[in-house]
Amino acid sequence: MNNQEQKASKRLTCIVCPMSCVGEVEIADNQIVRMVGFTCKRGQEYAKNEVTAPKRVLTTTIRISKGVLPLLPVVSQTPLPKEKIIECARCLANITVKAPVREGDAVYKDILGLGVDMIASRDIEAVGK
Amino acid sequence: MSSLKFDVAVIGGGPAGLAAALSARTAGAKDVLVIERDRELGGILQQCIHNGFGLHRFHEELTGPTYSGRFIRQVKADAGITVWEDTLVLEVRNDKTIWAINPQQGLIGITAKAVVFAMGCRERTRGAIRIPGLRPAGIFTAGAAQRMVNMEGYITGKKIVVLGSGDIGLIMARRMTLEGAKVQAVVELLPYSNGLTRNVVQCLEDFGIPLHLSHTVSFIHGKDKITGVTVAAVDQDRNIIPGTEFELDCDCLLLSVGLIPENELSRGIVDLDGLTSGPTVNQYRQTSYDGFFAAGNVVHVHDLVDFVSEEGDIAGKFAALYAQGKLPTATNVVAVKAGQGIRTVVPQRISWPDSSGKVRLFMRAQEPAVRVKLKIAAGEDVLVERQLPIARPGEMIVVDVPFDKIPDCTQEISVTLQAVQGGGLRE
Ligand SMILES: Cc1cc2nc3c(=O)[nH]c(=O)nc-3n(C[C@H](O)[C@H](O)[C@H](O)COP(=O)(O)OP(=O)(O)OC[C@H]3O[C@@H](n4cnc5c(N)ncnc54)[C@H](O)[C@@H]3O)c2cc1C
Ligand code: SF4
Repeated sequence: MNNQEQKASKRLTCIVCPMSCVGEVEIADNQIVRMVGFTCKRGQEYAKNEVTAPKRVLTTTIRISKGVLPLLPVVSQTPLPKEKIIECARCLANITVKAPVREGDAVYKDILGLGVDMIASRDIEAVGK
Repeated sequence: MSSLKFDVAVIGGGPAGLAAALSARTAGAKDVLVIERDRELGGILQQCIHNGFGLHRFHEELTGPTYSGRFIRQVKADAGITVWEDTLVLEVRNDKTIWAINPQQGLIGITAKAVVFAMGCRERTRGAIRIPGLRPAGIFTAGAAQRMVNMEGYITGKKIVVLGSGDIGLIMARRMTLEGAKVQAVVELLPYSNGLTRNVVQCLEDFGIPLHLSHTVSFIHGKDKITGVTVAAVDQDRNIIPGTEFELDCDCLLLSVGLIPENELSRGIVDLDGLTSGPTVNQYRQTSYDGFFAAGNVVHVHDLVDFVSEEGDIAGKFAALYAQGKLPTATNVVAVKAGQGIRTVVPQRISWPDSSGKVRLFMRAQEPAVRVKLKIAAGEDVLVERQLPIARPGEMIVVDVPFDKIPDCTQEISVTLQAVQGGGLRE
């Protein structure tokens, strides 16, 4: 057990609805001990996820060869851990796929071993088709 | 030169134009033409690769290309819709002749029974805001940079300052960061961001990008290539406060300082609203000149594409009815006026007879405020009254007015936004 109590408080803005409540979450020993300012259940749920395991959808582009455009827009199938977003974007900067591609195709599987696929968000035809 | 006839001609193949073409067909138009100057359909959405589109219409969060892809497939599958890509409309005349040009057919003359304007909007440029300095390379509008980075494979710079904190500016700050650039700051003239809170949090705070509110770029440095900018604080009247200046190094300045409906083709035929910069329309999105309809960002700048598509549905349907001679001429017209607290309202007119049952009004607030009362009234008659917990100029207020509540002898309906107790301007 850790008897040296780790206490920290975090201010954050709720993005669930346009009210944009600003609240504070206090954490001790990796547990939420106090939460103020979020005026509804949905906001409290958001704040809890935001301090324990924040996640974001990643949208970016991948190089595509022999396509009518040089880039293919992609989206992560599910949200990724927030702290991995930049690393995932860097990883995708080194990848090239080949045209044609259909919207919905999983063009890069299991990014950084996180269990999430990157999905093409549009069709791109091959040149001269 | 070829000459052709269509029931409905739609100018612009973005989400507004695509929805208009589809709904014109559903409403009985035999042949519909969509003219698009870009190499493909989809409009601005093709470069908006982030997600967040379609929550109202499809109940899921789609990316821009996925959203427009759903409409493009339907349009291409309909044999009654002719699509001309790579085709620029040069001129529209009030007898509904359209002159367009493309590399295959050359100059083409078209006549249509009804025309739908769906040309979208364009961005304000440096010239429009007159920032002092020389004219170095490296200054882009955020939308132009978005197209280069997301579709064409060029990055506009490695050290970036963004001027303007609307959603496009915020999204580009994140996008450039993900592409490996360093975004020095986002600078905003107003004391608040016009973007969604979600974008302030997920595009700036997530990446530690500073947002300077009540600040502007007061000078651009560099002769051939931009080397930096001077940023300064502004007072309530938006005048620079001397002594507050500081410098930021950059090799690229992105301007995200507002959108203007693109009405080069419609100006001269239809009346424009000085505040929205788009045509004035009635509930059918019919403009001031019979048989000309308009939808999407050409009418007023939308924040949600779902409403753009909805407006396209309306304009396309009634353009088709007009083309078939089924749209009755107006027997009475009521003006819709933006009153206290409201900056713009669309539609600006309501025509009798009505076949829609309810009229959906789209409004923008003058200033951000909490706890306000929206009132839609015809003289003393209150038609709709609603408490809003919050009103922000960046987010459209959407309210339906049941048609049977509108007194039939009224000349004018007004919309106002007033603070209720405990409410008022936002900090
Ligand atoms: C940069 C940017 C970012 C945005 N981000 C978001 C967002 O994140 N979420 C959201 O919900 N909404 C967003 N929007 C708003 C939303 O996408 C737009 O409101 C919507 O796409 C507008 O659709 P539209 O059909 O009216 O215009 P557009 O999509 O602009 O389409 C107009 C079309 O008309 C064509 N055209 C114009 N003139 C001519 C001519 N003379 N001849 C032939 N063709 C012509 C153009 O090439 C274009 O394809 C954004 C808008 C912009 C500008
Ligand atoms: S806490 Fe509730 S009311 Fe406040 S912003 Fe979040 S969802 Fe909206």
